[in-house]
Amino acid sequence: MDFLSNYDLLGAFWVTVQLTFWSAIGALIWGVVLAGMRVSPVWLMRAFATAYVNVVRNTPLTLLVVAASLGLYQTLGVSLTTDTTTASIDITNFRLSVLAFILYTGTFVSEAVRSGINTVPVGQAEASRALGLGFMQTLTIVVLPQALRSVVAPLASVLIALTKNTTIASAIGVAEAAVLMKTMLENEGQAGSLVFVVFALGFVVLTLPVGLILGWLSQKVAVKR
Amino acid sequence: MSAAGDVPPMIRMAGVDKFFGPLHVLKGIDLEVPKGQVVVVLGPSGSGKSTLCRTINRLEPIDSGTIEVDGQPVPAEGKALARLRADVGMVFQSFNLFAHKTIVENVMLAPVKVRGVASAQARQNGMELLERVGIANQADKYPAQLSGGQQQRAAIARALNMKPKVMLFDEPTSALDPEVVNEVLDVMTSLARDGMTMLVVTHEMGFARRASDRVVFMADGEIVEDAATEEFFTAPRSERARDFLGKILSH
Repeated sequence: MDFLSNYDLLGAFWVTVQLTFWSAIGALIWGVVLAGMRVSPVWLMRAFATAYVNVVRNTPLTLLVVAASLGLYQTLGVSLTTDTTTASIDITNFRLSVLAFILYTGTFVSEAVRSGINTVPVGQAEASRALGLGFMQTLTIVVLPQALRSVVAPLASVLIALTKNTTIASAIGVAEAAVLMKTMLENEGQAGSLVFVVFALGFVVLTLPVGLILGWLSQKVAVKR
Repeated sequence: MSAAGDVPPMIRMAGVDKFFGPLHVLKGIDLEVPKGQVVVVLGPSGSGKSTLCRTINRLEPIDSGTIEVDGQPVPAEGKALARLRADVGMVFQSFNLFAHKTIVENVMLAPVKVRGVASAQARQNGMELLERVGIANQADKYPAQLSGGQQQRAAIARALNMKPKVMLFDEPTSALDPEVVNEVLDVMTSLARDGMTMLVVTHEMGFARRASDRVVFMADGEIVEDAATEEFFTAPRSERARDFLGKILSH
């Protein structure tokens, strides 16, 4: 057990938490925008969002993360930071992986929100339009608030999946939990199963409360009809 | 009723056709509703009365013909259509109150968001209207906590808070329990007395006789008869209307 104190376990999981946090916020916003586009009266928006969701959702996440690094950064020089110190490479990799997670997870958020929109009776939007509210007002004031309340539980699943997906950031060298796990497995081969248990527990500690809290929240905010 | 030539009718439909796929639901509808008139649309189920009502604010687009509200053609879409809808109050069979907002929030939402009325003012006007329809004490509840009759009265208040030029009622009492139908009809009757222009799709014969100036009888997507209320109920001209009234009024 002693060797555990030789590694910065908390630090590694803290990076995981930060990756998850920023990706979740971005994915929620991007997913809601995509869902809005999919029910838009504008043909081009619907077509773009449908194509985007179906392409990105079916692309392996590892491929997206590596593409962000190889394509955006190394080829196009998009570094997402103005930092010029030696820390810049870490910042760049962190931000590029967050970007990839947002682009990917947004598609799952979008599908969940879209199914939520389908649970809102069509009469709600009709009443809104009949009162003179435009498409954006109807969407943001009447439809989305009700749709989001009905998809808190499925969004919890998306968030849990995202938390675990952040381990893929290790593919471009972001020092999150999975990187440390690999290092520890190499150094502490004799205690391999213990290392596994520690990291599995770490993720359970992160994701279990998320599921419980959002499950409770989904009951609390449910719209009564 | 004023039939002055220079005042445009509140609603004018001319040669309106509407299809649902192969189904011809509105066939060459011509209808004018002068300002201040209360018109009841009667007819058997599937005769197109609800569709007619919903074409007036373009919740259902039409395939041909013209519809004008207060002399203005109904725009196809966009901001102009939203502006027209703001002036046309609509009450639905299933109330359609916003389920995530309280009653008073429902009533004040559109004046604030569409007309830019100050929130406090919209709330005050809304409370006065809720008072008028007799549910001011329910203002802070959510729609699901109210009875159907209360919800429908709230929906009428919501429409009235936009100060509409005309009110459309699409079977407003059809989803209600029998014992609460009258509380909604009473609100509509008082609205009619105050001179509101109204087009009411309904099966309530009592309301039609008591509160309307004119009856439009539809069958199979056509207007079969268009007559003053008393004349329609005492001496219907068409066989279809006689048959319909015979079935409904015989007991």
